[in-house]
This record gives sequence, structure tokens and C-alpha cells, in this order.
Amino acid sequence: MKKEPLIPQIGVITDIRIDTPDVKTFRVVTPEGKKAFLHTPGQCAMLSIPGVGEAMFSITSSPTNEEYMEFSIKKCGCVTEWLHSAEPGQEITIRGPYGNGFPVDTAFSGHDLLFIAGGIGLAPLRSVINYVRHYRSRYGKIDIVYGSRSKADLVDYREILDEWSTDSGVNVHLTIDRAEEGWDGHVGFVPNYVKELGFDTDKVAVLCGPPIMIKFTLSGLQELGFDKTQVYTTMELRMKCGIGKCGRCNIGSKYVCKDGPVFRCDELDELPNEY
Amino acid sequence: MRKCTDIPALLAKIAGSRRLYLPVDGADGRAHFQEWTPDAVWSSALNTVRSAKDFFFPQTENLMDFKREGKKIEIIDTRSEQEDFVVFGVRACDVRSFDVLDRVFLAEPVDTYYAARREHGVIVSVACTRPAETCFCGTFGIDAASPAGDIVCWKDADTLYLDAQTDKGRALLDSLGELTADCGTDAVDAQKALIESRMEKLPLKDLTTDGFGGDALDRVFDDPRWASLSESCLGCGTCTFVCPTCQCYDIRDFDTGHGIRRFRCWDSCMYSDFTKMSAGQPRLTQLQRFRQRFMHKLVYYPANNDGLYSCVGCGRCLARCPISMNIVKVMKTLGRNDA
Repeated sequence: MKKEPLIPQIGVITDIRIDTPDVKTFRVVTPEGKKAFLHTPGQCAMLSIPGVGEAMFSITSSPTNEEYMEFSIKKCGCVTEWLHSAEPGQEITIRGPYGNGFPVDTAFSGHDLLFIAGGIGLAPLRSVINYVRHYRSRYGKIDIVYGSRSKADLVDYREILDEWSTDSGVNVHLTIDRAEEGWDGHVGFVPNYVKELGFDTDKVAVLCGPPIMIKFTLSGLQELGFDKTQVYTTMELRMKCGIGKCGRCNIGSKYVCKDGPVFRCDELDELPNEY
Repeated sequence: MRKCTDIPALLAKIAGSRRLYLPVDGADGRAHFQEWTPDAVWSSALNTVRSAKDFFFPQTENLMDFKREGKKIEIIDTRSEQEDFVVFGVRACDVRSFDVLDRVFLAEPVDTYYAARREHGVIVSVACTRPAETCFCGTFGIDAASPAGDIVCWKDADTLYLDAQTDKGRALLDSLGELTADCGTDAVDAQKALIESRMEKLPLKDLTTDGFGGDALDRVFDDPRWASLSESCLGCGTCTFVCPTCQCYDIRDFDTGHGIRRFRCWDSCMYSDFTKMSAGQPRLTQLQRFRQRFMHKLVYYPANNDGLYSCVGCGRCLARCPISMNIVKVMKTLGRNDA
């Protein structure tokens, strides 16, 4: 039997966690209760509900989780709205993994790491953050800067407070766009907060968030003295096949579904500015 | 080299053992690939309106079915065993287009739908005795006098000369035994010389790819003349649909009334919703979409495929574009053409 790249397998949603007013995290296993496939941090999967559509999502859970996969999904289109109305026990289809993932065993290895995320941009970073936390000794100091519109919009808030903040050698810096009652943390946009925090440049930075946040954060990091070769990001484009053939995610000579979604920022300079 | 003096009998013989498709003049007076019937007459037109890519990458194609019941989903692989078939009368440009498509669909991970068709299809090509004014296959190193293909043919009056070039082609030619006879190459050599002399007189014979290629991104992408080139583009996508190498596709679901069918169909980078996401749209303007199509054919594809261009010079887009914009105008404007 040949491998059929477009034919998915069945996945079962076994748990749904409400993260924010428009983000839920879905736990998915096969009907036999296993992980659908192995992946590396930063890789993606095609999820679908037949009759509604199929869409690409970053795998939020770390590969070190051997029991299930998780997807943090923001409600913003047909497939995501349908998923948000689903209940545990619902079957979906899943295929993958797609994409290159973060260089966790090469470029990241042995380095201090700075993760910077905005809003739902934490979803793909959670996989790599939990991976490096699991293999803690392979990496140096870890800083996590995460911001969202409001306290209620912080994805994975409990996990951040209960697990990430309590790890030794992990510093979490949270910020929200506007002051609100019950929030005594930092207030302000992520790019400015990164500059205020003033990190030393002897580390690898990983960025994910809305394009405007990525743009200003990258220039903020450059002001701090970071070189683009030290900064990684993960991209989002429309995809149908996931295997570099349908043409949708083509930017220059790259296909984001297979050559990405993770790019080093100097590699992005080689591409036409159409992402 | 073999020759055959009874072409209708030859076609009937092939059609007796497997499905045979050939260019036939339609009611619109133009040639279209059709399945052979006893009264089908091989069209004398230079080329078909639509390219031959349909045989391997059909305009629409069912991928799988689903049944949904409550929270349960069943996936049904609906494919049946592919039958052998022959595509007869394919021109040199369209034969090259299969190489271009192969590098996309047969690259890992292999598209098994395409691969099955490719495996079961035999290509019988025919040299272009009378190339048209819109032809520019020579620009891409294609020889209209000696096409690739499993069997290549030359037609001279009512005689067909056949030369098998692959094992598949030899097997087919051997099966046509009594209808063909061994022959020398004199007639074919004369044909080739005639075709070459006609190619020399074509208006686009000097069109070159100079200025394009895998390393031309910076030179071509930011050229301000994309604005005037794309100004009148309607975004209709006709160019992509008649193009033998355009391979972008969509995957969609369709409720059949008793289940869900997932199919794929041709799509076009010229369309505004091609890259549209809930989060945004990387190519907002028709200029960007127009540029994407030509950059892909002339720069991005060659960058990934050892310099091979994703245009075969068939001229269909020249004939079909409603505003008369086409790749030749793009190449003449942005390339290094003296013409």
C-alpha cells in the first residue's frame, strides 16, 4: 500500500479546554486512543470536518507528550467555528505532520532562548517551549515574553502561571495591551516591552504573532543588537495540500507548507515581500 | 522506424485494446481531445483548445468520500484500478508539459492520483508539420520536429511514420504489427528539415528567456512595469485553465445527499480568494497575483527545477486571453529581448 498524502485518518476530540473568549484547545487521539503520528516542535497538521472544510493548524502540544496531540484554535472561519461548536467524542480527520519545525536539536541546542508571542501566536510556540522545558539541560536560560489584548485573551494562562513561571531558569514576562482591573502586570504592546526588557543578544529568539507585531518586534530586537540570523519565526498562509503542490502557500521559490512554516528571519529577506 | 499507410485502421487497432484519446474537431470547429469512436477523424488542427494535462491532472477529480453519522466519520477510498490508455496526437509542447507537471506531482511525497494516471498512460506525440504564429516552444528548447513521448510520429500526406522511444512505446508499437512496416528515415528526415525551415520563419523565433531563470528574483520582481502589464488583467483565469503547466488546485467538499465527497479541481493564482485567509491576504492586488503567475513560471519554478521553465510555448494563452495579455508580452517587456 502506497502512502496516500491526501487521505487523512480519523481523530477523536477527547477534551476541549476553553482558553479565551475565542480560543479553545482541542485534545485529539486516534480511535484507538493513540497519537495520530509523531511530529517535531513547530510542525503542523491538517484537520478537517468533512462537508465543512480542511485547514492547517500548528500542533500546540510538545512531541514529548506521548499520549495525545493538542491544537489551540482561534474561532475565525468556517472550520474553526465548526470546531468551536463541537463536543468531546466528536470525530474529525487529521493528516500530517507537515513542515520543517524549529531547529531544536541544532541551532537552539546549548543556547539561551527568548520566546516572543502575541495572542494566538503562542499556539505554535507552546510546542517548542514545552519541548525545551522537557529537555531542560540541553538549553540555557529561557525567557518568554507573551502579550495579548487583555488578561482574558492570554492563551494557556494557567499553564503559564502554574508550570512555566515556576520552572527554574525560565522567566515569564506577560503584558496586555490596555490596563484593566485585576491586572497588576505590565501594560503595553509586545515590541515595546521587549525593548524595555532589554535582553542581551547572546541568545536565539523565536517570534510568533500577528504580522504587525512580528515586524515591530524584529526591528526592536535589531535595535537591541540581535542579528536576523538569531531570530526565527513561523508563518501562516492558506494551504490545501500540505505537500507543496497545490500552489497556495508559494512565496518566491518556497512553499511554506514544506519549506516552512519555520524560517530564520534572514531567510525571509530572500523571499519576495508577499507574506 | 515504422510506417503506416492506413491511419484510421491504426487508430481502430489501438482503440481495440485500450482507451484511446485523440484530437477531433468539435461542433465549434476547434480541436478537442475525445475518446475514439469508429467515426472519429483525427483533427488536422495544430493543437487542441485545452491542453493534454487533463489526462493526468483532470479539471475535477474525486479524492475520497466520507460518511458522517452523529459524531462518527468514515473515510472511503473511492479510487478504482486505473485502466491503460493512449493519448494520441500530442504536440511537442504538451509532451514537455508532462515533464513540468511530473516534477511537481511525482516529487516526494508522490501524488498517487497523478502517478497512477501517468503510469497507465501512453503518449503518442506528433511532430508539428505546420507550426503556428503563436508558437514559441523553441524558446524553451523544445524541438517541434522531434517531440518526446513514448512513440513519436511524423505525418506526411496519408502516411504516418512511427518511432518508439520508451519501453511502453515499443510495447504499443509491437502490438500494431501487421498495420505497420519497417521503413527508412528519409521521409522523416525530409519532414524534420521542412519543419525546421518553417520554425525559422515564425514571428516569435527570437524570443529568449534571457533575464529570467532561478536567480532573477531581484531583477524582475520589483520592476515597475508590472503595473502597466497587469493593468487590464481581468483576473478571469483563462490563461491558467488553458495552460498545460499550470498546476495549482483547490480541495473542496461536496454534499452528495448521501455522503460527503472530497474533490480537487483546478484553481488559479489569478483569483482574489486563492490566498485569502481569515487572518489576511498576502496578495491583495491583481498586480501581485498577475506577477505571481509569471514569476512562478519564469523564476520560481526554474529555481526549484534545475533551470527548467514552467512554460512550453504552446501559445494557448496568446490565443485565449480576452485582453490580449500574455507571457510573450511579459518576456519581451521584462526580459532581455531585442525584439
